Amino acid sequence: MSTLAHIFEAEGLATIALGSIKSQIETTAPPRGLWCDFPLGRPLGVPSDSEFQHRVLSKAFELLDSPEPIFAEYDVSIVDDGTEVLACPMPPRHDPDLHPAIDEANGIRPAYERAIAKYGNRVGAGRTVQADEITTAIDAFIRVVDGTPWKEAGIPGIPARVSQDIRGYYETAALALSDHAPSAWAGTRWFLDHTEAGRVVMAARQAMADAGEAQPIWFYMAPGDR
Amino acid sequence: MADSDVKAMTANLDGVEFEETAFTTPVPLNEAKVAIVTSASLHHPEDEDFSPMDTGYRVLKSQPRDYVMGHWSPNFDATGFALDINTVFPIDRLDELAAQGTIGSVADEHLAYAGNQFDLSAIRMDSGPAGAKFLKEQDVDIVILTPV
Repeated sequence: MSTLAHIFEAEGLATIALGSIKSQIETTAPPRGLWCDFPLGRPLGVPSDSEFQHRVLSKAFELLDSPEPIFAEYDVSIVDDGTEVLACPMPPRHDPDLHPAIDEANGIRPAYERAIAKYGNRVGAGRTVQADEITTAIDAFIRVVDGTPWKEAGIPGIPARVSQDIRGYYETAALALSDHAPSAWAGTRWFLDHTEAGRVVMAARQAMADAGEAQPIWFYMAPGDR
Repeated sequence: MADSDVKAMTANLDGVEFEETAFTTPVPLNEAKVAIVTSASLHHPEDEDFSPMDTGYRVLKSQPRDYVMGHWSPNFDATGFALDINTVFPIDRLDELAAQGTIGSVADEHLAYAGNQFDLSAIRMDSGPAGAKFLKEQDVDIVILTPV
């Protein structure tokens, strides 16, 4: 963002860059930078809170009054301490003959469709794997966990993108399964640590790492601190 | 896993340092046309998805607001955008500010780039200036830049 700010400003556009990581926005020093200590992925702070978003924008636009480059810090922080997990009542097992992750993914499909109908498909499946193919993708990762080399497992795309679609499918479904809006990362923690599909993705990632596969192939299947 | 853990991974990545800080004096805000430029890799469903290390940009029309998150990084929360596009792309808020007269107007077209780039030379030399030219051609005065 800061690089674009420098370029745009040189071309005659006035810019205000929001930043979520203080050291980055300080180092790259955009002409007008506002550090907002909000979780990554939420630069305006709070979804569905127009008043909060307006306050952030108001502070951003205030920087235009400065006659010279300026850096400012927004005076409200939103801190994720890593503990909140989305509470999602999951449907009971339907077909005991299926792998639990496959059965689970089938079971949350109605919730996924409800969320899509309400919000649109903004982050759900579809980048590489369509919703109808999510169980195929999970099945491929199950084969990796069971020892099949990833290139022979039938993963329907680049593993990182496929796992992103599975995560998006679950996090979108969670919007309909939960009775409240998730705080940042709560949906991701729920997917990775509390769903069968999340366990499969993480186990497949570990299996690929243990097999000595190139790090970029498996690393981006989950957030980098995992 | 906490937000601070993910931020810590990227906090010390080298960014591009500019010897001089360019600075454009803005027109009065209540006369300005405002655009949003985001590094969230948003695009319309019918537009080309972002590829890994994609240094290009996509044009985001003000309507329809059917934006899709095309970012490759797993290192941010996407549920905020899933619930409310304004969490990343505050287009409804800009419309409200324009209706109030706080800003002059909202651009009809905005831009999305892909963040999480390790080699910024192509953006610096090519797609960045091209994006600026695109915005200038629609008489944009002020750009608000949002990351994820």
